[in-house]
Amino acid sequence: MGNSGELKQNFLKGIIKENPVFVMLLGMCPTLGVTSSAFNGLGMGLATLFVLLMSNIVVSIIKSQIPNKVRIPAFIVIIASFVTIVEMVLEAYIPFLYEQLGIFIPLIVVNCLILGRAEAFASKNNLMASVVDALGMGIGFVIALTALGATREILGSGSIFEFRFVSEDANTLILFILPPGAFVALAYLAIAFNRLTHKVL
Amino acid sequence: MVKKKESTLINMVIVLFLITLAAGLSLGYVNDITLEPKAKARLAKKMRALNVVLPQFNNNPISEGHLMKMADVKDSVEIYPAAKDGVFVGAAVTGVSERGYSGLVKLMVGFEPDGNIINIAVLEQKETPGLGTKMKGEKFLRQFRGKHPADFDLKVRKDGGEVDALAGATISTRAFSEATQQAYDAYLAFRERNLKSDK
Repeated sequence: MGNSGELKQNFLKGIIKENPVFVMLLGMCPTLGVTSSAFNGLGMGLATLFVLLMSNIVVSIIKSQIPNKVRIPAFIVIIASFVTIVEMVLEAYIPFLYEQLGIFIPLIVVNCLILGRAEAFASKNNLMASVVDALGMGIGFVIALTALGATREILGSGSIFEFRFVSEDANTLILFILPPGAFVALAYLAIAFNRLTHKVL
Repeated sequence: MVKKKESTLINMVIVLFLITLAAGLSLGYVNDITLEPKAKARLAKKMRALNVVLPQFNNNPISEGHLMKMADVKDSVEIYPAAKDGVFVGAAVTGVSERGYSGLVKLMVGFEPDGNIINIAVLEQKETPGLGTKMKGEKFLRQFRGKHPADFDLKVRKDGGEVDALAGATISTRAFSEATQQAYDAYLAFRERNLKSDK
């Protein structure tokens, strides 16, 4: 570990080859639940990125101190603490986003992407590599959620980041902002994503 | 491979205790420093809503506001009376419905002294973006302004009332109407009580 080529590889794998949403299909609950608009997707992605980064850092630092048999509870406590911090900070400084995301903020705790990276990566690798891994995976998650949110918002509400480009009365494909539309949009985005990356790589 | 601490009972207890202790301390600290901004954000939001739903006023409705217990409402209703140069010009009343498409819908309704609706602001909602969230839109709110709930039936047209439902969001509209009706009932009770105490 340590040379820059490997770090770069490590960073890019989270975005493309092992994209948490489009390739590994991790963290589906927030992915499907909050992405009814591009802004919600972006906000949820960033909140998750922060928690993932912080938990990877802490787990990587104290990994040798955690006895193997209690590692999962230890990880969960660390993750839950950062999620609660995010929740309090959002409520204090970005109340608008806090209201929009609602119950999905506490649910970041059980996002298997975060626990997955703590268990599979941060608990086995050094700090630098864990930071890079969290950034790669986190950014991959942000991109996926924002893309999904944007797709659903464009098709379902006729707007993008709340900027409306059709009139308020226009008939949009309401299906896409309802839960079933999330599955449909995710499926087609995943197909497109995998097709594209397959060709490029 | 990293060498881990042995999983002996004592190790596990100590490590988990230390981790939870550190977590508890840091959460307490963050809670402390965000307490004030959180309260400020809530107050600013309330003030914004008051400015939207009340006529011009120069008292401080928030410090003069009070809570009122209503028979069929779980939480107390908040009432903020507005006065200009000491004359009562209206009041803002909160109304709540839990029958939104995804739970709670909380409104702030401004009333003229005689009960006409001045304006309505949405305080809290989790409705579907693009459908139910249009309840915050000008086009929907316009139909309530200047109406008196005594002769404007606060029910969706489908249920025999006079409220035009949002397209694709009848349930959200129902919750909105219910919350408005509740605010009106609370305002009536408030006015009655004040009349009594004035005499």
